[in-house]
Amino acid sequence: MKIRKILFLLAWLGLILAPALARGGDLLIKNGKILTVTRGVLDKGDVLIRNGIIQAVGTDLQAPPGVRTYDAWGKYVIPGIIDSHTHVALSGTNESADTDTAEVDMADVLNAEDLAIFTALSGGVTMVHTMHGSANPIGGQNVVLSLKWGRPSEEMIVPEAFRTLKFALGENPKRANLSDSEGLRYPQSRMGVNAIIRREMLRARTYMEQWARYLAQKQMKNPPKDLLPPRKDLRLDALADLLRGKLVARVHSYRADETLEFLGLAKEFGFKVACFEHIPEAFKITQELKEAGVGTSVFIDSWAYKIEAAEGIALSAAYCTRQGILVSLNSDGNERIRRLFNEAGKTLRYGRLTEEEALRLVTINPAIQLGVDKIVGSLEAGKHGDLAVFNEHPLSAYARCDLTVIEGEVYFDRAAYLQEREEAAKRAKAPKQTGGAR
Amino acid sequence: MNRLRCCFILGFFLLAAVLAGAEKMPSLIAIRGARIIPVASADIPSGVILIKDGLIEAVGPEVTIPEGATVIEASGLCAYPGLIDCYSTLGLAEIGQMPQTVDFRELGRINPQLRAWEALRPDSMHIPIARASGITAALVAPSGGLISGQSGLLRLTGWTPREMLIKAPVAMHVDLPSFGRSMGFRPAAAAEPSQHFKELEEAFRQARAYEKQKEFAEKSNQRALPDFNEAAAFLQPVLRGEIPLWMSVHADKDIKEAIQFVQREKVKAILYGVSQGWKCVEEIKKSGLPVVFGSLTNMPAGWEDGYDALYRTPALLAQAGVKIAFSSQSSSAAKDLPFHAAKAAAFGLDKREALRAVTLSAAEILGVADRMGSLEKGKAANIVLTNGDILEFKTQVKKVFIDGRETDLETIYEQLLEKYRKRAPR
Repeated sequence: MKIRKILFLLAWLGLILAPALARGGDLLIKNGKILTVTRGVLDKGDVLIRNGIIQAVGTDLQAPPGVRTYDAWGKYVIPGIIDSHTHVALSGTNESADTDTAEVDMADVLNAEDLAIFTALSGGVTMVHTMHGSANPIGGQNVVLSLKWGRPSEEMIVPEAFRTLKFALGENPKRANLSDSEGLRYPQSRMGVNAIIRREMLRARTYMEQWARYLAQKQMKNPPKDLLPPRKDLRLDALADLLRGKLVARVHSYRADETLEFLGLAKEFGFKVACFEHIPEAFKITQELKEAGVGTSVFIDSWAYKIEAAEGIALSAAYCTRQGILVSLNSDGNERIRRLFNEAGKTLRYGRLTEEEALRLVTINPAIQLGVDKIVGSLEAGKHGDLAVFNEHPLSAYARCDLTVIEGEVYFDRAAYLQEREEAAKRAKAPKQTGGAR
Repeated sequence: MNRLRCCFILGFFLLAAVLAGAEKMPSLIAIRGARIIPVASADIPSGVILIKDGLIEAVGPEVTIPEGATVIEASGLCAYPGLIDCYSTLGLAEIGQMPQTVDFRELGRINPQLRAWEALRPDSMHIPIARASGITAALVAPSGGLISGQSGLLRLTGWTPREMLIKAPVAMHVDLPSFGRSMGFRPAAAAEPSQHFKELEEAFRQARAYEKQKEFAEKSNQRALPDFNEAAAFLQPVLRGEIPLWMSVHADKDIKEAIQFVQREKVKAILYGVSQGWKCVEEIKKSGLPVVFGSLTNMPAGWEDGYDALYRTPALLAQAGVKIAFSSQSSSAAKDLPFHAAKAAAFGLDKREALRAVTLSAAEILGVADRMGSLEKGKAANIVLTNGDILEFKTQVKKVFIDGRETDLETIYEQLLEKYRKRAPR
């Protein structure tokens, strides 16, 4: 009994100490303008990272021997940008052969060599929620990655994050923008989309009852003769996890009405919605979103590309923020991901958010949405050493990302990149050497 | 009775005249106290812009404001010339994925007869939004095929297409294959540019032959007048050097071949896009051709171009002395024009050069610098009042004058928000 207790304690200690012992980088950022997001601004400050964790944010910090120092004089330091909704680092996006594919897991199709990871880093992005696409009313399970370019994909997965399941409403699951040969299937309408979601929830509920009944019967003194377990169903297992609260829903939605109907479905079945994705019409239903405690992950002003996006006004993100909704700005793609800081900058114009409110949209807010705000999303001691350095204020239109750091390791360094490019150009121009060592 | 009626009619006309007068813009407006950024000359920390009959009458630190002028107090604000978007689909594309609302592309390869401005929807919701960014003029251009048609320059206010037209045609558009909107770094497109240039050359040859045939027929009764040839007829302004060819090119190979083509054909030209322009700065410089960039919110053509290829090319070309301008390449994102210029500045373009590239240089490239592009006496009073740097996100555009007339800055953004704001308890 005693040995068991000691082992248990040791296991706990191991769990607690593991992050501290984990290999992470050491780095001291000196003399930058530090925008902590949650703890105000230091006009001239330092950030010290030891073993991948921020040890201190302050002034006149000293680098312990052997720790690299980066002089950020005249530059701006912010927490690593977090993209709440994207599809990078995947070798597939949609499993569109069925309308409910809850068993599909994006963690199974990670592509650590996707060049989009580098693209994201070049824009100061350090963490992403990479997701199943919007082809199906119920898509797959998503995964949160730390963008450790060059590392194996297993090392990128962030285990602290929420487990999330993708849902999709409106034009995409009803295949409205495809030709009949590509897109003709049930559902073709918003009624069909909702009917499928309800059907699958009822199936999952029945499945849970079957299992509960089986387990109860197994425990009976006189179990029924020929008692067999229900057939194992990975799809329904995922939905059962949703109904048990172990998974949360992330819902691609465009129109206000379909969003409200989905909130109704979530209430009907008692599952948690973490966030609505894109939702250009969020400004129409701020009360309901606030009451439901559901955040939004949106574009700032990408709109009018299809009819359900025709009222996606640029003022929505700021307005929703001021109405008390947890808003994040996402990329949903491989190009926008490198200018999320520009997207945040636009909220200074469209809705006149404060600089801190604007920065939150791409740092702490997405961190909260993904359940990782205890480890990332702001520059605070104890959090991961994830940060980005900019030449100007990151919300300025003249801003350029110069350095991106994850857990104290440099993953993007513009100066080094330029030097490498210059040397490569010189090598290309130099007369070719014949033989010999390079 | 008759007198009464006379009085009534007279009164009516008097009233109408008064109302009409009220409707008409004041002929004299003075914008006073603003920091003036004329672009063509040094900034004036605080000065006056005098507008008379839609034109700039005077700009300076000490301009006497005539009696009767309507004075607009603008201290604390900046006055810029209106921005010019050198390539947009404003009024031609409302909802991108709905072909019912998209009118900038035709079937076929050789379409010099198409005139983009003839498909214009003046009350597009995207126009006021662009205007609220300080954009006062935009080129509306066709694309697709090989020769896509003619573009026109619009003022961003007006009720009918013709009312909005400043200059048309501005250019004849040639669309060479682009790399597409790639979702990642893709290897350079393996197009066969030479084939496209051969096709172009053939169209030019036929157009020249057609003109010759017509000349011969006019001179001699022995020669037959050729049948009407649409493509040949509409290419004539290009051959005569009246309008430039707008060469949309991206790959370095295409850029070089395009330069050779316009030199061989001895026509005027503007290079557009030039994603791989960084690879042939020398060739572009030597050609003397101006360059207009498309949206910088695209991916570079290939990994080997470097992640910042689109961002740094404007600086490289400007530093080499090439005349450059920017464009939105869009309708729904036309408002982002100033931010493309700022992005290029983040990657090495001089900030003043960036501003010039969306004002005076744009006007020069489009051939309207005599009329707009800077705050100078005699030019159209296209003036934007802001509370800061016009290329910055946080800046608010306060007033926009087009031809001396103050324009409405309300957009569908505010209209929709207001509609639903009423719903929420405050």
